[in-house]
Amino acid sequence: MNPSKYLRAVSIVAVGAAVALGFSGVPAQAAPKQGGILNFVVPDEPPSWDGHRETTFALIHPFAPFYSLLIKANPDNPSSPTDFVCDLCTEMPTPTDEGKTYTFKIKQGVKFHDGTPLTAHDIVASFRKIIFPPEGTTSARLAYFVMVESVSAADDHTVVFKLKYPSGAFIPALATPYNFIYSKAKLEKDFRWYETNVMGSGPFKFVTREAGAYVRGERNKDFHVAGQPYLDGFEAIFSNKQAVQVQAIRGDRAAIQFRGFPPKSTEDLVNALGKDITVQESDWNCVLLFTPNHKKKPFDDVRVRRALTLAVDRWGGSKSLSRIAIVKAVGGVAFPGHPLAATKAELEQLPGYWPDINKSRAEAKRLLQEAGVPELKFVLWNRAVDQPYTIVGTWLIDQWRQIGVTVEQKMEPTGPFYARLRSAEFDVTVDFNCQSVVNPLLDIGKFLSEDIGNESYGAYVDRDLDKIFDTMNRTPDEAEQRELMRQFEKRVLDEQAHSFVTLWWNRIVPHRSYVKGWKISPSHYLNQDLANVWLDK
Amino acid sequence: MTVATDLDTKVELTDERKPRSRLAAIGRFARRNPLGAAGAVVIIVMVVVAVFADFIAPYNPVVNAFDRMHEPPSLENWLGTDQYGRDVFSRVVYGSRTALLVGFASSFVGATFGLVLGVASAYFGGKIDLIFQRILDVFMAFPLIIMALAVIAIFGTGAQNVIIAITIPFIPRCARVVRSSALAIRELPYIDAARANGFSHSRIILRHMVPNVMAPFLIMITAFVGQAILLEASLSYLGLGVQEPTPAWGLMLQGGAEEYAESAPWIAVFPGIAISLAVFGFSLFGDALRDELDPRLRSQ
Repeated sequence: MNPSKYLRAVSIVAVGAAVALGFSGVPAQAAPKQGGILNFVVPDEPPSWDGHRETTFALIHPFAPFYSLLIKANPDNPSSPTDFVCDLCTEMPTPTDEGKTYTFKIKQGVKFHDGTPLTAHDIVASFRKIIFPPEGTTSARLAYFVMVESVSAADDHTVVFKLKYPSGAFIPALATPYNFIYSKAKLEKDFRWYETNVMGSGPFKFVTREAGAYVRGERNKDFHVAGQPYLDGFEAIFSNKQAVQVQAIRGDRAAIQFRGFPPKSTEDLVNALGKDITVQESDWNCVLLFTPNHKKKPFDDVRVRRALTLAVDRWGGSKSLSRIAIVKAVGGVAFPGHPLAATKAELEQLPGYWPDINKSRAEAKRLLQEAGVPELKFVLWNRAVDQPYTIVGTWLIDQWRQIGVTVEQKMEPTGPFYARLRSAEFDVTVDFNCQSVVNPLLDIGKFLSEDIGNESYGAYVDRDLDKIFDTMNRTPDEAEQRELMRQFEKRVLDEQAHSFVTLWWNRIVPHRSYVKGWKISPSHYLNQDLANVWLDK
Repeated sequence: MTVATDLDTKVELTDERKPRSRLAAIGRFARRNPLGAAGAVVIIVMVVVAVFADFIAPYNPVVNAFDRMHEPPSLENWLGTDQYGRDVFSRVVYGSRTALLVGFASSFVGATFGLVLGVASAYFGGKIDLIFQRILDVFMAFPLIIMALAVIAIFGTGAQNVIIAITIPFIPRCARVVRSSALAIRELPYIDAARANGFSHSRIILRHMVPNVMAPFLIMITAFVGQAILLEASLSYLGLGVQEPTPAWGLMLQGGAEEYAESAPWIAVFPGIAISLAVFGFSLFGDALRDELDPRLRSQ
């Protein structure tokens, strides 16, 4: 037997065993131990420190431990799209007024890290910033709260949300881990103060940040959950090189990288560390897109945009790329496997998903010819993060090459990359839609018109699309929701060809086995406050 | 002048030297500088490979072939394949184009600007020279890679910008060296004569001074090419140079090469060897050229 094949087989078995161990959870859960510093790697740095503005894990991983939320995904069951627990509230409310009013009672005695009390007014100020941002400021999750009419404080410890219509999407939207609760006083002093400062009420207090190197936090002894956090502190180490991240875990410089690794790196770690590594795996509510700029020629022509998606062999790409990148599932706009997601048969009706890729590419060439750009050339802007951006971007270029399109790829660090997206200075960009709680009704807000969806970067306005979204979110009937979702999907991916899904991500997190209390979820944003993480050393 | 001898033969005595055969000159160079000759061979091979890459490379270097991912070196893929199934040999071959393009372009442009500025600074002297040299001091205070990183941060990534990023730090380095030679030339009588004849500054600089500082200029160029190749590889390795899927040696060392360093080492080893050979070749040749063109070193 070829030794390399033998090794491969052993590796597969080892990874399988490790994954099985991860899935089986912690056998006979031991009592959490206090103390220790958790070192973890973060593959990128955030453009700013304001959770309400940003959409990247690079912000959540190092900064979520400094903040409390009103409600959050249950840290013991983070994979559930419906299991939410209070963080700052005392109990999950039952809606009144025919599902249009939610009243939250707030914990008393909660303090910000500067010692000032946290009250309902701070929560109201924070959600007003998210839901009704003043002109000139950015709220990335504006579209999540289209159903909200008002948010107010009935007294110091009661927050009331009034909705325009009952919506099952409201509670998941509230549990979004970016909804950091800020100090009203700080916001009044400077509405953008949190873009460059930290002051929350979370389980850890901000200690220091060294640009390009790390963020450090220490235990908040006055945390509002008794006994937590268990750790004395943490150090989030920035490193965008995957090889460095893997070596950091291998050398025990870091215990975990919460975002995830591709199969090969996981296999290497398992082979090297054996039982000292635990692997947790999950589907991932995250997808890479590519988005043409509708305001730039020739991408203002729907035929050109459709040609781009027709060239991409998603079915073949899934098989190949899943071996080297953190992507796997073929899907439409909704999280694959969700009841609202398209079936394979439905997907195969959409351009770019046809089973016959040759026919698809022939049609792409025809469309380019018809649009007068048979030898199209453009720049693909991409984020300078190995996984999966560089790999998928390079793969896309090869796909387009096969219809005669010449593409140059330009990579930028996260900050400049976001700035470019927001200013729409690109031909075509690799884009992404990563969400936290699996909630396709809101997750697809990414595709709305640019003036509604703040994360929509294609520079288009499509009121018919917005209308479908609105109708879908107002109807309680699941069958109707599904039908509307198909209409929405067809309009985005086919008729108007606004933005295109490549492949959905697959999350594999190998970590040092001494890291306990952390459970994987379908989002690398969820369950990251580290309050319940402890070290079994 | 003709001298008749008793043997009735005529010997032509002339002031004209016999034209030396270029081949003989190359032979003499190779004998005097065997290492330099080896460097020249590496450079020639590299240039030939770059020029004829279309004929030498067996595969298109940017075409993905996922059915051949991570193949070890074999008869089909001499240097194996990378994580996209691309032929490493073909990418190394085409990578020489990127290396030479960036290397020569940035060296020539940087050295040429440096030449003109250095000679002009020496020629004018006085306050102009003083101010100009202090500006050069500022630029030279930064290491090459830091300067290049700063330029990339301003202009962005991509082959063109990499050339600019490498060119800019070369200018002061060349200017400084050329100036020191030009300072000596400025004092020579023929420059005074040119001035006395009323020649323009540009004529004196370009026609009379620049040709006489060509030796240090050529030495700088050869030294710069090697440095530029290394710098391009460094920038690409850091993700700031040319981008995927362009075949470039430094780029081939990052990403997959790091990730698969243990299981598929050929992805990193061969571009690494290519970089080393190229830089080594240019360094050897540059040293030999310096020895050859510098009369003091030649006499030794």
